[in-house]
Amino acid sequence: MMRVFVEGVGVLGPGLTGWQASRPVLAGEAPYVATATVLTASDLLPAAERRRTGTPVKLALAVGCEAFANAGRDAAMTANVLTSSGGDGDNVHQICETLAVAVLEVSPTRFHNSVHNAAAGYWSIATHSREPSTSLCGHDASFAAGLLEASAQIVVDGKPVALIAYDHAYPEPLHAVRPIGGNFGAAFVLTPHATDRTFAVWDVSLVASVESPSSLDDSALEALRLTVPAARSLPLLSALARNATEVLMLEFVGGNSLRIAVTPC
Amino acid sequence: MQALQISHLSIVNSLGAGLAATADALRARRSGLAPCTFENVALETYAGEVAGLDDSRLRSDLADFDCRNNRLAQLGLQQDGFVDAVAAAQKKYGAERIGVFMGTSTSGLLQTELAYRRRDPQSGALPPDFHYAQTHNTYCLADFVQRYLGLKGPAFVVSSACSSTAKVFGNAARMIAAGVCDAAVVGGVDTLCLTTLYGFHSLGLISRTPCRPFDVARDGISLGEGAGFALLEKGTARTDEAVMLLGVGESSDAHHMSTPHPQGLGAQLAMHRALASAGLEPQDIDYINLHGTSTKTNDASEDQAVFELFGDKTPCSSTKGWTGHLLGAAGITEAIISILAIKHGLIPGSLHTQMLDPELRSNYQVDNRDARLQRVMSNSFGFGGSNCSLIFGRPQ
Repeated sequence: MMRVFVEGVGVLGPGLTGWQASRPVLAGEAPYVATATVLTASDLLPAAERRRTGTPVKLALAVGCEAFANAGRDAAMTANVLTSSGGDGDNVHQICETLAVAVLEVSPTRFHNSVHNAAAGYWSIATHSREPSTSLCGHDASFAAGLLEASAQIVVDGKPVALIAYDHAYPEPLHAVRPIGGNFGAAFVLTPHATDRTFAVWDVSLVASVESPSSLDDSALEALRLTVPAARSLPLLSALARNATEVLMLEFVGGNSLRIAVTPC
Repeated sequence: MQALQISHLSIVNSLGAGLAATADALRARRSGLAPCTFENVALETYAGEVAGLDDSRLRSDLADFDCRNNRLAQLGLQQDGFVDAVAAAQKKYGAERIGVFMGTSTSGLLQTELAYRRRDPQSGALPPDFHYAQTHNTYCLADFVQRYLGLKGPAFVVSSACSSTAKVFGNAARMIAAGVCDAAVVGGVDTLCLTTLYGFHSLGLISRTPCRPFDVARDGISLGEGAGFALLEKGTARTDEAVMLLGVGESSDAHHMSTPHPQGLGAQLAMHRALASAGLEPQDIDYINLHGTSTKTNDASEDQAVFELFGDKTPCSSTKGWTGHLLGAAGITEAIISILAIKHGLIPGSLHTQMLDPELRSNYQVDNRDARLQRVMSNSFGFGGSNCSLIFGRPQ
């Protein structure tokens, strides 16, 4: 079992514009209305870089910055784990479309944005962080992979870690083979010890069996959870919004699950 | 960090299949680079292509995973008795206690590039035989490897461009230290594809000749492909001759997406952290296998970082003149080369490097030389400013 402390949260998705604004919705106290995700480029990036960022980078930077603001912690001094089920689908589409025709070329910006760790690169530039950064992919279980890695880093290295999960809807024809149901990001600043800002404790463990994953009561939020890999974090967000004490299950890979015992504090 | 036992290795790249092929080529100074004939690529460049992938087939139960990257993964797993070594570990620990932490940069992107040539002319749809989850998705490499080996522990893919398969050593070390698993298969695969060939070309970073790391006239990289795997276990080494993972250091540049920090600050930090994690000083390192891509800026930046930390004493070289730049597979390939260097008592020099750049100040080795090596550092630096240094060595 790995114990981590939750210090700050960020969220951005359809009808979810920031942690404070979304809290009543995630707590079931206000109705959920799935409006389009509002995206803006981070003003922490230099203008040249800002122009080059696609949807996933905007998502990652927005939720990451919000989580650090809520935690009152310096992102430059904090290691981070970024996790996404597939990176920038708009960019991949543009590259593959160009390479499929006679003119064989890839623009330099499209090329460097094609790496899975593009968001981590922009994050490091935006926050001036030289701390270790890990970019993960676990297909539908990408969020669980990120939570496992962040927890392991925290208990082994004894330092805070920011976990940033993000996914976005792909354009056709990729959407038909990988139907991601919206643009969604969530971020958590996690620490090895309780701090003044700590508001919940997670006891994370790997369970070698497939358990029914925790779901959400609201059918529209549940649909979001099921269609966006990063939104598999919603049961955790909901538990935090309700100040609930509960045990949650996340589906992982290889016949495993993650068990998270959430305790408010 | 607690040193980890490296129980088994396997490798495939343009030098051949298996550890002996790579070791022999290093000793004989035989390069795997040849004029690029990959796909319909119309670039004048050299590449380190792996022979026979076009005609290979995946194990029938995993046929949906068929793409060049997973074919190379399978070929890698089939070398050096690796499958048997994992089976023995499985008996010892149980399938659910062995993690699979893979690195790749482009995964099966080539499969998607090829599928885009076969889109339905009316609807624009991708062909029905295109399997997104099994071939395009970055995770599919770990999925394939986990299934191929019959393992059931935690698994994911680290994808941070050219540092990916170095960083997985850190992931495995943490997971084992945290008690999440008892052993781990780490490593990964990257294969040639059009995006990387034309992408690096657009950045003006592809050389027309075989790459010449640290040469005064170096003008870019040669791309290659390769696979490598390592089985890591907790516990102490079985013999004094064993080589262990002693340290891991990671950092970010916070500078630019595709250009390293000019003074190599991120690289320096990664090397410094690797030394700290191993409890070592710079003078404890007997050889550094550099990232050494052979671009003007990469070699200059890494040289600055190495000189700052090690001065002009510690022998160092890049082995990319042998393999080309394997991108996401560079980390594991050069980790294995570093381990072979220790085991064979060989400092590999640098292929194709004719005149050392007088501006570069570290102790760069052009010729091969025999040396008793106790501890070796391996550097891997990638796009997005992702840096990782590893230290391998004899038990202390």
